[in-house]
Amino acid sequence: MEIFLQQIINGLVQGSVYALVALGYTMVYGILGLINFAHGEVVMVGAMLALSALTAMTGWGLSPLLALPLSLLLAMAGCMLLGYSIERIAYRPLRHAPRLAPLITAIGVSIVLQNLAMMIWGREYHAFPQLIANQPHHIAGAIINDMQIIIIIMALAIMAGLMVVVHRTRLGRAMRAVAENQHAAQLMGVDVNRVISITFMLGSALAAVAGLMVSANYGLAHYYMGFLLGLKAFTAAVLGGIGNLRGAMLGGLLLGLIESLGAGYIGDLTGGFMGSQYQDVFAFFVLIAVLVFRPSGLLGERLAERA
Amino acid sequence: MINYHKYLNNNRFILFVVLVSVLLLPFATDALLGRGWVRIVDFAMLYIMLALGLNIVVGYAGLLDLGYIAFFAVGAYCYALTGSPHLAAAFPLLFPDGLHLSFWIVLPLAALLAGGFGVLLGFPTLRLRGDYLAIVTLGFGEIIRIFMNNLNAPINLTNGPQGISRIDPITVAGVSLNRTQEIFGIELPSVHLYFYLFLGFAALVVFVSHRLEKSRIGRAWMAIREDEIAASAMGINTRNLKLLAFAMGAMFGGVSGTLFAGFQGFVSPESFSLMESVMVLCMVVLGGMGNIYGVILGGLMLALLPEVLRHSVVPLQQAMFGKTIIDPESLRMLLFGTALIVVMLYRPAGLWPSRVRRRELATDETEQIV
Repeated sequence: MEIFLQQIINGLVQGSVYALVALGYTMVYGILGLINFAHGEVVMVGAMLALSALTAMTGWGLSPLLALPLSLLLAMAGCMLLGYSIERIAYRPLRHAPRLAPLITAIGVSIVLQNLAMMIWGREYHAFPQLIANQPHHIAGAIINDMQIIIIIMALAIMAGLMVVVHRTRLGRAMRAVAENQHAAQLMGVDVNRVISITFMLGSALAAVAGLMVSANYGLAHYYMGFLLGLKAFTAAVLGGIGNLRGAMLGGLLLGLIESLGAGYIGDLTGGFMGSQYQDVFAFFVLIAVLVFRPSGLLGERLAERA
Repeated sequence: MINYHKYLNNNRFILFVVLVSVLLLPFATDALLGRGWVRIVDFAMLYIMLALGLNIVVGYAGLLDLGYIAFFAVGAYCYALTGSPHLAAAFPLLFPDGLHLSFWIVLPLAALLAGGFGVLLGFPTLRLRGDYLAIVTLGFGEIIRIFMNNLNAPINLTNGPQGISRIDPITVAGVSLNRTQEIFGIELPSVHLYFYLFLGFAALVVFVSHRLEKSRIGRAWMAIREDEIAASAMGINTRNLKLLAFAMGAMFGGVSGTLFAGFQGFVSPESFSLMESVMVLCMVVLGGMGNIYGVILGGLMLALLPEVLRHSVVPLQQAMFGKTIIDPESLRMLLFGTALIVVMLYRPAGLWPSRVRRRELATDETEQIV
């Protein structure tokens, strides 16, 4: 029972990170009908930027309580700039090209980002500095520490904030209009390009937060971390129904739970044949299962090829 | 219809020159650059085969496969398991010295298995938008590596990250290609022999691709690529044909994989990373999607690029800064990524485009009416 509860906690923490990244995929998909392959790498860049800033600032003797939010802001700004540039360089010129074209540039962008990051930050793992006391709390035999509580609360707050932006503000209305029908939105005076740019920037800002959270949770950051994370977050977005914001949140949390419960129990289920090293394959099988049985996802609309 | 006889007559001389120079290539390379480069040329031939296989999927049918190297891995591991002493470790009672099947038996089986994996992956995704295929293949490429890395316990099937070594060399009509052979007084070292074997396979792949391109199936693929809805309105079974393209590409990948395992004598999960998939994709995109000769050109260029970089970038940096700041490996990947972006932006049909493809990629898709 303790193990079960512990896995639930781990799953929720991991799942809230997936949810934040999945939101980035789903927002772009909702508006452009495009899978932004490079999104996982934006998360990685966010984590690396935040980590570098954090290390530098604590090196100057700044208090961690000040350095943490500052470096997060810096990483968010950096990622927003990155997201904006990716859209401008790799996607906007190809908006009316055959669908294969932006997919290929997207994979190109992720390869470039990955290798640039490797050149800048090297191949080694970077340790996340121990900043706050990180008290462990015991709940019915399971352990949750301060950092994990902060991650869950922050993720929930950000998701709530995003919902307010999308459903209550002028910008949100413009975003929904562009998602519904680009041409009609343009005729109504919506600056479509601006809305698309802002969507990319919003998604990238969320990615930066997620990047910081992942590296804080695992205590590590690495130039290759974005790849699998992006793949899993995409799975989460599909699980919830791609293009649907609530779906991305639900899908993220669910995938986190599936993964941690699966990794926790796969050894018992297969009689010791497979162990927790197979943790990373669950997301893939979830993706295949969703595509076979319910390609529209849990909360999504019909998704088959539209004319 | 093209009049092949007339075509051949006019070009017979050029064809002859090309044929002779290709046949003499290993000797010329050996004499000019050394034995090591013949090996590199052999690998280039393997990459060309891979690129031609991927060209069927990406170039003809317009489906993006981002985990193509996984099928190569399936083929390679097929031969590695059945053509080496390794199975003795997993099943000591059943195969005390491992299973040493002949390469020529494993080849069709591996092709079928790789094709089967292709169907398995394509089936759930091909009725959906192309993006899903891309991401599922991307995932598959990574998953298969996780399995190869971890299937060494509790039964040692793949030997994990260490990989499988001592794979039997390929034999042709009882002659092992691993040893220097003498034919008509000409001494043929192992790398030369493998070159001719790969050349034969590459020629077969070119022939099959060429015939496919002109066939009813090939034309149907191109129709699907250009407008899926119009194609299905014309009575094309789009799902089955897409599945066929995908499975066929996978089979070519599997065949190349078995050749790779026999040639190298050693396989490990490291050879099948995402970067390899991207490299093969880059060959197809850069060379010219849908054009066999463009793809061959792309394959040749990119397969030789790492060697060229190794021999130019490192000494250059040493001379300028006294140390290697950017290693050629990451520079190569950076170049590949940039090439994918730049080519799609400025020359979407590739360096040597196919005529149909150029027309299609040059014109904007008609304004979408929702």
